[in-house]
Amino acid sequence: MATTHYIEHYCRITEGRISKNGTLVFESGETEFSDFIKSAYKTLRIDYSKFFKMDSLSKLALVAADLLLLDEPEKNMALVFSNRASSLDTDRKHQQSIQDSESYYPSPAVFVYTLPNICLGEISIKHRLFSENGFFIFNRFKAGNLFDYANSLLAMQKAEKVLCGWVDFDCEKYDAFLYVVAKNGTFTHSKERINQLYQTL
Amino acid sequence: MTDLKLELKEKIIEQLNLEDVSITEIGDNDPLFGEGLGLDSIDALELIVMLDKDYGIKLADPKEGKKIFESVETMATYITSKKAN
Repeated sequence: MATTHYIEHYCRITEGRISKNGTLVFESGETEFSDFIKSAYKTLRIDYSKFFKMDSLSKLALVAADLLLLDEPEKNMALVFSNRASSLDTDRKHQQSIQDSESYYPSPAVFVYTLPNICLGEISIKHRLFSENGFFIFNRFKAGNLFDYANSLLAMQKAEKVLCGWVDFDCEKYDAFLYVVAKNGTFTHSKERINQLYQTL
Repeated sequence: MTDLKLELKEKIIEQLNLEDVSITEIGDNDPLFGEGLGLDSIDALELIVMLDKDYGIKLADPKEGKKIFESVETMATYITSKKAN
């Protein structure tokens, strides 16, 4: 018989709002993502020395993860993230810097973020996680894939908990939904529940 | 040279995204790496690109960077000497 797992906490960041477990924790009218996330970073008193050097996707992922991991003692926590745009927003910035052969000055600081899973590394560094991680590219949010992968990691005892979800950034549009799957928690871990929580701000 | 040092401080803050650092907080002889500004290896690469892009100086040997990027003072001295040649 398959073990039942639970969703311990969840958070959402989109359209100027940040919520944790369904409760609004930050709201801003800033129209530019950089202003919004900077304001959130300062208001939520997140502390990470590299924050302002990171690309938008990593900033989004780090703030979302911090909401769930700040008071989390478990370090054997796998990370399973997904999105639609991969690192396309940063890829474009890099492409622009190498477009003109007469002015060919690619930025190393931009280039290092031209992979979506770099954000997992930033989260792992900040929270000192040495655990399994994976980043999947889907055309839309797919609860089923995340559900299966998280269950598999827990069943194979690859991790005690799994931080899962969706972190997407492209052309100023941002959407993050992360949740922690554990042996105990508030909600039963199911595809239906994941989809339901994703719809909740 | 004072103007150049000021210019370098502005460029370092802007290009390395040192959000909470002001020009007055960077002393001419403060170490840029380690206990000083805390710059890392990616920042070092950015400084090499900056030398090329903004001052037309290409580092033939990246190992030179360790001494050149010790502080704003050493950077300014290096740029001035290269421009004089």
